[in-house]
Amino acid sequence: MEKLILRRVDRNYEEMVLNFGPQHPSTHGVINFIVETDGEVMKRAIPDVGYLHRSIEKIGEATGYPGFMPFTDRIDYVAAMFANEGYAIAVEKLLKVEVPPRAQWLRAISCELVRIASHLIAVGTMTMDIGAFTPMVHGLREREEINDFIEALCGARLTYNYHRIGGVAFDLPEGWRDKVLAFLDRFDKFLPEFDRLITFNEIYKKRLAKVAVVSREQAISYGLVGPNLRGSGVDWDLRRDMPYGAYPNFEFEVPVGKGWAGAVGDCFDRYYVRCLEMKESSRIVRQALETIGQTPEEIMAKVPRNVKPDAGEVLSRVESARGEMAYYVVSDGTNKAYRVRARTGSFTAMSIIEDISGGLMVADLVALISSLDVVAPEIDR
Amino acid sequence: MATVTLPKGNPRTKLLVTLVVALALPVILFGAVLVLATIAKPEPVAVFVREVLHHDPATWPFTGLVYGVAAGLLTFMILNFGAVVAAVTIWWEMRVSSRMQSRIGYNRVGAGGFFQWIADAVKLLLKEDLIPADADQLLFRAAPYFVFAGFGLIFVALPFGESVIAADLNVGIFYVTAVTALVVVGILLAGWSSNSKWALFGGMRSAAQVISYEIPAGLAVMVPILMAGTLSMQGIIRAQGAWPWQWFVFTNPAALVAFVIFFIAQLAESNRPPFDLPEAESELVAGYLAEYTAFRYAIFFLVEFGNVWIMSAIAVTLFFGGWQVPGVAAEAYEAARGAGALPAPAWWGLQVASMAVFFVKTFLVMNLVIWIRWTFPRIRVDQMMNLCWKYLVPGAFATFVATLLWQILVARVPVASTVSGVVLFVGALVALVQMLRLAKQNVEAGGDQVDLSNW
Repeated sequence: MEKLILRRVDRNYEEMVLNFGPQHPSTHGVINFIVETDGEVMKRAIPDVGYLHRSIEKIGEATGYPGFMPFTDRIDYVAAMFANEGYAIAVEKLLKVEVPPRAQWLRAISCELVRIASHLIAVGTMTMDIGAFTPMVHGLREREEINDFIEALCGARLTYNYHRIGGVAFDLPEGWRDKVLAFLDRFDKFLPEFDRLITFNEIYKKRLAKVAVVSREQAISYGLVGPNLRGSGVDWDLRRDMPYGAYPNFEFEVPVGKGWAGAVGDCFDRYYVRCLEMKESSRIVRQALETIGQTPEEIMAKVPRNVKPDAGEVLSRVESARGEMAYYVVSDGTNKAYRVRARTGSFTAMSIIEDISGGLMVADLVALISSLDVVAPEIDR
Repeated sequence: MATVTLPKGNPRTKLLVTLVVALALPVILFGAVLVLATIAKPEPVAVFVREVLHHDPATWPFTGLVYGVAAGLLTFMILNFGAVVAAVTIWWEMRVSSRMQSRIGYNRVGAGGFFQWIADAVKLLLKEDLIPADADQLLFRAAPYFVFAGFGLIFVALPFGESVIAADLNVGIFYVTAVTALVVVGILLAGWSSNSKWALFGGMRSAAQVISYEIPAGLAVMVPILMAGTLSMQGIIRAQGAWPWQWFVFTNPAALVAFVIFFIAQLAESNRPPFDLPEAESELVAGYLAEYTAFRYAIFFLVEFGNVWIMSAIAVTLFFGGWQVPGVAAEAYEAARGAGALPAPAWWGLQVASMAVFFVKTFLVMNLVIWIRWTFPRIRVDQMMNLCWKYLVPGAFATFVATLLWQILVARVPVASTVSGVVLFVGALVALVQMLRLAKQNVEAGGDQVDLSNW
């Protein structure tokens, strides 16, 4: 693999070939970039993925349907809830099971909280990659609280395994709702503070403005999804445009990149879309918590212990923190899937880096990687 | 120092030991510097020998040796002082940053983690001194010495107090600017000899950055030189008054601009964020430091933090009236000295007061540098160059010319400098109050309270 990539690099000794990774503080996991540089300016950065490949899709064919759920957590451990949800929805479609309404709402609440946590990591590491350390620690401080809530909900802070085929594992703990609402009150004040601290900092804006612009057409043709797609000005959000679960009940905006710092689709747009999305997620959680009943109801549909769907194939799509996440599951009528395939946002985001990295500086590559919010396990699975 | 064993589990003893050392250490070092700087010159040493030891040094065969030992002691003390200053800067920086980031920060070794720097230094001393196989052995080993020499030599011309200076060179500030350049030689050597691509990037960035920013810094330094009419550090301080409205930074509007330019350029020269490009962790892993380990690494770090203190001290000297004690005129020092061969006690008291003023001012400027580090993101290489050549260099030239005109004006209308001093000082006070008010507002908008109790 290494040799294959190196062969593509021109044997022109004016340029320096730099191995940016796999152990580099800014690659957000074990990713390697083979960077051709001429001084500070890059000619090209070729992503070299696969360092974190764990054959999760193949494991999906070896375990039973319910047994694969904990493995989905490992697909994207920064926002594991969405991987749970996508797989659960896929198998429910195969089984033709209807999820109880309360479980749908709990799914939405847990997912939106995790979206906030994931975006806090995304914007926090981005500010750190640009060189400011303090905003990241502030982001982590808020994320810690969300982790506490999720821990109270399902007992895990990172790999949740909360969604189940046919519903969710646990109902809301006592007093949880009020605590989360109190947190959201504080969190809504935290966001403007964060903006004052870093987002509108002149140096920060100048570092990201007009850097690594992804045009609307490029974003669509490379299959970018989620905040990366919306950062390029494409108004597309599965939660609104192809609603699933409890989402038709909520009122929320879909932030779209407007060229706040100069060009639509630059690093700043991708960053700021995430900041605005946190606000919308907070709105959704608030709406959900304010309307959801306090008395426990049914949270699991009737699902046979031995899950054995009829032969067939399904595709489920959810709007993950890193964009559209799709599961393609094929059943051959046995209790093990014939094929499980997860389509993740980070993988396609990586593919665009080679195309738009030409002419950027080394420091811009760092900004580009973190503005795409790639997470290594989600790339390789 | 190394023999201080900290009792476990008794916070009161711990606090006591910390306080004793934290107070005794500077007192011992400052005292040694104060005494040695005063007497480690041929004439006072001769007087001391004649008056106290009742010998006539002129009859001794090796008088030169005696003077040499006194000067050597002073050098040793001043270098130690530099190391301790750097270490305490690190401690303060860590405390401030942890407070800014809702962390606890240093709190294990000594009260408030004050002795953490000793633990860090000992740890780094015990680590393996690794030299990469493909590195240029000689240059790789030599680089830290260059850096440290550039750092240590500055202390020769730093005016700690009215008479407390190792050598009041008549080219003082020029000398300081010149020896600072040694640091970049060391960094460039480190980057080049490591034979690592990251280190090479760091070294190149550092060379480009430090050499570029020497120009605005040098031009901005010309402003206080023009106003004082001398290059001597003590001369520049003596040309300013003790009260804030008599400082150069306020008595000339152009000097205020020059200070801002000087401050930014010094941040860049000492590789402090937002100009930490040479070691930019998120881009270059560790830049020129990437291959260094153990004590060589410690030396680079010591110099980096020591330079923060030095740049603050130089800024205080040039723009903020140095050690001038409010209410004490230049003649008062002469009067307090008395007629005796060795100075009278009142004179020593005044010296200590002037040192205290100098250190408090330096500490405040240093604190500002730390705030900046933990607030701002890093700028990009091209932006760093743009800022220097498009804004700072022309700006520094403009302040230079403006100062010339201002000096002509002051020569005709002497009251102009007082008016400017008072107006700008009041403006600075208003800005300070406004800043504190905004900080309070920001804290309270986040649902928190201003709380200074939990140190």
